This record gives sequence, structure tokens and C-alpha cells, in this order.
Amino acid sequence: MDDRKPSAATPEGPCEQTEWLVAVRDRRDKAAFARLYDYFVPRLKGMLMRSGMPGAAAEDVVQDVMLTIWRKAHLYDENRARASAWIYRIARNRQIDVIRRRPRPVPDEMVAEAETRDTPQADALIGLEQEAAQLREALETLPQAQREIIERAYVGELTQAEIREATGLALGTIKSRIRLALEKLRHELRDLREE
Amino acid sequence: MKEISHHLPDWLIRSYATGSLGHAFSLVVAAHVSQCDDCRARLEAEELAGGLVLETLDTVAPSDDLRARIFDGLDADPSPEPAKPQRTGIYPGAVVEAMGGPEPRWRSLGGGIRQAILSEDGEGSARLLYIPPGMAVPDHGHNGLELTLVLQGSFSDETGRFGVGDVEVATDDLDHTPVAGMEDVCICLAATDAPLRFKSLLPRMLQPIFRI
Repeated sequence: MDDRKPSAATPEGPCEQTEWLVAVRDRRDKAAFARLYDYFVPRLKGMLMRSGMPGAAAEDVVQDVMLTIWRKAHLYDENRARASAWIYRIARNRQIDVIRRRPRPVPDEMVAEAETRDTPQADALIGLEQEAAQLREALETLPQAQREIIERAYVGELTQAEIREATGLALGTIKSRIRLALEKLRHELRDLREE
Repeated sequence: MKEISHHLPDWLIRSYATGSLGHAFSLVVAAHVSQCDDCRARLEAEELAGGLVLETLDTVAPSDDLRARIFDGLDADPSPEPAKPQRTGIYPGAVVEAMGGPEPRWRSLGGGIRQAILSEDGEGSARLLYIPPGMAVPDHGHNGLELTLVLQGSFSDETGRFGVGDVEVATDDLDHTPVAGMEDVCICLAATDAPLRFKSLLPRMLQPIFRI
């Protein structure tokens, strides 16, 4: 990562899916929601079917996911997650709730998460997009066989034992980036408290 | 937030993110991430990767009526969802949810040790353990994987010391005797994918009765 100072005019703003989700969150924008529908619904259905759900059951989950996106958009924080990552998590949560017929255990929300969202965090956002671009490139340049394994893992086709055996995709730089962003958020919160 | 020195391995975080982890282990992952910013960031990195893969997947056309079903739902009043349980004392929200109440329903195992079973299914079991200061959990090996997350106090075994927030990942090859620290009662969340094997005769006889 270079040490160029991020400025308002950035080469990489949020991706368009993230912009649509922010429009849904901030303006209850149904046209933006329709774009999210067109983009994500066919992909979510594909992912859920590949992880073993019949088409009709997959569509029921997709319906719940899309309604959750609409109803919980106020919880979305573009500084912490790209739209596809947030939606991926919602889809997994819902799929597992349905398959196991009991709520999936989920981590507690970070304390004071909601309060931090409104502060502009241009550099956290850029960091996320840059990391995403690097990770995408890393995925695209993997040898075919490994790329397939990674794709199958995230789609949900691999068991826990298979994931354990599979050679890992190194997410090291991403981890450190997200961790730095989290630390920064925490320090800001502490500063706010102490003011 | 306390300093946490024993974290989740990558493959467990990835298995959780991709939905391939059973309920008992998922509970430990969720409870650890609730108090570990490092592993939370690693989980979010996995979800970032999951989102990227989602973006590149082949599409499957939805049925004709799905769009209408969803858009009709936007303006409908949603049936109120039960709120997710909040962290209560030492117990993360996911553990409170699994306990079905604010306090564990402890059962005595003798010697001051107690347990409360939180879940049990074909893939494994999760329980809370209550170990008085200085007490040892009987020497045991495993037929599989055991995750132990400290919620209060500490324990030490052949591999090191585990304080609040630390998680121990014990596999087949580890025979260990965890001993609770003297500073407080040690309360842990433990999950296994197989029954534990106890070495001494008495606990083995008790095993079917107490489901340890």
C-alpha cells in the first residue's frame, strides 16, 4: 500500500453496488433497490443452489435476504463492508437459520457501531476498495484448480474438514487493513468519550 | 478489551463465514469474535472474499413472480422479529440465546465442577463448564476437535495459560489436564464434535450419565 494521502477526489470510490445500497439506506430509493435486485438475486440464487438448496427453497431465502436488505439498510456501514460482503453475510445467516431451524450464532455487534457510521471515513472506505481490488486480482490470477477450490469454499460447497485441508488463500494484507480501520474507529470513539 | 493471546485458526473463521461449521463450533466462533477485534477483522476479510466470489458467480434466473413477491413486501409492515439477545455479564449474546435465559442451568458433576449443556446434535455439542479455582478437569483426550473459550477466570494446561477471551483448539493428539487458575472460578464455553474420552475410570463410568 502506498502512502499517498487519500483525497476527496479518489480514483476508486465505492463500487456501484455499495452506492445503490447507500441510496437505499439514506433515501429509501426503490430504483436503487431494483438495481440491487437485478444484480444480486440471480447470483444469490445460484450460490444457494450450489450449496445444496432446491430452487424454490433458495428463492424463499433470497426473498428473505432482499427484504432484510431493505429493512436493515440503516445498519449498513460502507466503511466496514462492501455491499456484496454485507449481503453475503445476510444470505448465510438466513440460509443457516432455515436449514438448521434454529438461529445461527452470530457475534455481538461492535459497541457504538451505529454512532461511528455518520462520520466521514474516506480513507477507511478507500482502504476497503483497494483491498478488494487486490484480493480480486489475487483470486483472478490463481491457478485454475486453486481458484476453483476457493470459489467452492465461499459458495458453501466444501465441508469444514475440506476447508481445513485446502491450502489457504492468504488474506493477510486484508486482515491488517481491516484491523487498522477498526483500531482507528476505536481510537476515535475513545477520543469522543474523553472530549 | 482485554489482551487476547489465543485466537481462532483461519480455517475455522473461514468455515464459519462460508456456513460450513456446525452449530456448536459456530457458537464458539461467534462468542470469541464478540470479544476479539482481531478475529472480527479476519471474519470481515473472509466475508469480503465471500462477497467478491458472489459477484463473479454464474447467475440463475429467478422465477417470474419473485420480483413482485419482494417488491410487494417492501411497504408491508414486517412481522416484528424477536430482538437478538444482548450480552449479559460474561456471556456474549449468542451464548445467552443458546442458554435460553440470562443464567446457565448448572448441573453438578461432583468436585464442585458444574456444566450446562447448551446444544447437542449429530455434529457435536456445546456446554458451559464451571470449574472452581485450582480444580482440574479430569485428564482427557478427544475423538475429534474440542474448542474451549474462557469467559471468566482462566485455566492452564500442558500447552499454556488461557485467560478471558482466549480459545484453545485441541485436536486428537492432545491429552491435556486443564487446571483452573486460583484468581476466580473458571467459566468456559466448550464445544466438541465427538464425545470426550476420559482416562480415569470414574469419569468414564459417569460419562453416559452426565454426557461429558
